Amino acid sequence: MSLDLPLIWAGVIAFAVLLYVLLDGFDLGVGILFAFAKTPADRDMMMASIAPYWDGNETWLVLGGAGLFAAFPGAYATLLPAFYLPIFLMLLALILRGVAFEFRHHGRRRGKALWTFFFSAGSIVAAAAQGLVLGGFMHGVKLADGQFVGGPFDWATSYSALVALGLICGYALLGAGWLLIKTDGELYGQARRWARAAASLVALLLAAVSLATLVVEPHVGARWGWTGAGFDLARLARLAPIPLLGAVGLAILIIALRRGSRRWPFVGAVVVFISGYLGLAASFFPYVTPYGLTYLQAANAPSALGLLFGGLVFILPVILGYTVWVYWVFRGRTAADAGYH
Amino acid sequence: MTFDALLLSRLQFAFTLAFHIVYPSFSIGLGSFLAVLEGLWLLTRREAFQRLYLFWLRIFAISFGMGVVTGVVMSYQIGTNWAVYARMTAGVLGPLLAFEVLTAFFLESSFLGVMLFGWKRVGPGLHFAATCLVAFGTLVSAFWILSANSWMQTPAGYGVLPDGRFVATDWWRAIFSPSLPQRFAHMVLAAYLSTALMVGAASAFQLLRAPNQPESKIALRMAIGMYFVVAPLQFFVGDYAGKQLPAGQPAKLAAIEGFWDTKAAQDFHIVAWPDRARQRNDWEVSLPKLGSWITTGDANATLRGLKSFPRADQPPSFLVFWSFRTMVGLGLAMIGLGLWGGWLWRRRALERTRLFLRATILMGPAGFVAVIAGWITAEVGRQPWVVYGLMRTSAGVSPVTAHEVSASLIGLLVVYAVIFTGAVLYMLRLMAQGPVPATAPSPEARAPGTALAAVPEEPEP
Repeated sequence: MSLDLPLIWAGVIAFAVLLYVLLDGFDLGVGILFAFAKTPADRDMMMASIAPYWDGNETWLVLGGAGLFAAFPGAYATLLPAFYLPIFLMLLALILRGVAFEFRHHGRRRGKALWTFFFSAGSIVAAAAQGLVLGGFMHGVKLADGQFVGGPFDWATSYSALVALGLICGYALLGAGWLLIKTDGELYGQARRWARAAASLVALLLAAVSLATLVVEPHVGARWGWTGAGFDLARLARLAPIPLLGAVGLAILIIALRRGSRRWPFVGAVVVFISGYLGLAASFFPYVTPYGLTYLQAANAPSALGLLFGGLVFILPVILGYTVWVYWVFRGRTAADAGYH
Repeated sequence: MTFDALLLSRLQFAFTLAFHIVYPSFSIGLGSFLAVLEGLWLLTRREAFQRLYLFWLRIFAISFGMGVVTGVVMSYQIGTNWAVYARMTAGVLGPLLAFEVLTAFFLESSFLGVMLFGWKRVGPGLHFAATCLVAFGTLVSAFWILSANSWMQTPAGYGVLPDGRFVATDWWRAIFSPSLPQRFAHMVLAAYLSTALMVGAASAFQLLRAPNQPESKIALRMAIGMYFVVAPLQFFVGDYAGKQLPAGQPAKLAAIEGFWDTKAAQDFHIVAWPDRARQRNDWEVSLPKLGSWITTGDANATLRGLKSFPRADQPPSFLVFWSFRTMVGLGLAMIGLGLWGGWLWRRRALERTRLFLRATILMGPAGFVAVIAGWITAEVGRQPWVVYGLMRTSAGVSPVTAHEVSASLIGLLVVYAVIFTGAVLYMLRLMAQGPVPATAPSPEARAPGTALAAVPEEPEP
């Protein structure tokens, strides 16, 4: 029996990135909403609702980087130079936001204000930078001989800006959904208003990004049956379950928000994200550096993929197990005195 | 000298790594220290251990956070700035770095949440387990990253594909490359020693003001025990590592010792000014034959000098010569501090000897300085190679512009300056405050080890 290791690894990386987007998505989202919080007590509570998780969530981003290096060095060595500036923008923003979890608590008056600012600004900029990378990724990377040969600003298009805006609103929606689960009282009411606003913006931007993606790159349009003037319905039909899933997610979201459900808005937001993610994946697969390197061309040597796979089948279930356990330990509403300080 | 993408990328990598390495070192040491403290507390139920635990936990949280955010940069920087290196070495190094994330980072970051915020949520046994898992995770992380580094220093178990890419042919030999055992031992001991020096300094600071503060008295004695045992042990591990250099990395050894000519009975230069342009040292202060004896145990042994390597293959001797002497000098000072402290301890004069307390405070950051100096010795001494003898650093750089690298370097300098200020300020503030009872989260009511700890705070939804 032989395993198609590159394909398995493409799936693993895709899974890690999806988990990253969903998990760090909600804690970045809480950071984005931080800017709109009304009272210091609300801000403390918002931060406490994500403090035990954010570090574990961000580790999926590290796995995305290290996993890409390990499984698809060809992609790692082309994507990262191609998106050099937005990646550093993201890293710097994540640094300032990450240390704010500790520093904001230790800061006195001015220090606290500074780290409050860095926490929300860092969250917004990190989300925007990820959107710019994603936009540039969908647009494609200029390659020659498997090397990046484009310019430093190839990612800077209006399409990327639209994706960035969409991602900020999407994360905010996840963040608001998280706060609905974790908070009570005034902040809960606030989170409902945020969730409603974010849901409308996400519906709008999701539609806009979807349409823009069809025209931004001929490969993608062709795959979805877009001919430039209309749709080839036979092609579209094969992929139709993906946008349908998005519609289901939006429906869950809207109904749950109407009924005042605590958990279902988050579920709806997750379904919307999964649909968007699958939609993008279906658009560029089998490329890992669009539209020049496929997952087979970018894959690492078989001995490396084999060792990695051997380790992964043992370790990944354990990681998922204790991650679920940690979420279970901190289940329920966040207590006002949740800190250890 | 032109500031091209290569030079800027090297500067950036050196800066971000020198900055980063301090925090994992502190976290490795504090992780184990906290596990010991919590274990002692559960065992003896002495409140002093609990207070020390809670006190150092808060400093650990800052240090760990700094390590995480600066570590994320490292995992992306290899691709942004060293894309060709990444492509060439991924066949060997890729799995090692991925295993670091899978076996260590997830463990640390997940159980850190329980360690910091789980006081009221899990019982004392589980909380202790979380502390131990975090401590274990820091060591596992050190293992993988040093495994990758050791392979770059002493490559083994690999083959080279026609396009120049490295592939592993024997994973056991690639992971456990020849320099890994001593490198891992040296790094872990360095982390423990650096942490002990910080713990000792913070305790000495408290004892200068309040000589009877019980927590600081305990912590100072624990720190002195570490200097007394670990500092000499570290000396021997370092000496062992040095003795492997003549066979493994002769150019690095020649640069460390300032040997230019290949000859028998090399002198040991206590002080010198290695001059690469003229291929000689100025202002040597030397001990005859000792250079050969230190490295091989034989005073008449023949050792290669830098001149026996083409100039393009010589590491920059000046930096390596002095970084090595900085590290060893500080190491000797640590051994001295341990002997002095041990002697005072026996004579029951620790708290009374203010000069010793002041010296202990002064030595607080010495471990971190030695870690950075040692890292410079190992990495600059490997130059001009990124994979020793096989791939040059200059061949590994990304196809990016100098403007991009300048932008990222400036951004990193500014942001790191901001977070460094914050971390140092808040850590020193905590250390100045000391392990005072008031800062503990109502220990009498809800500490692990008490019956109440297992009771949930609020009804579950």
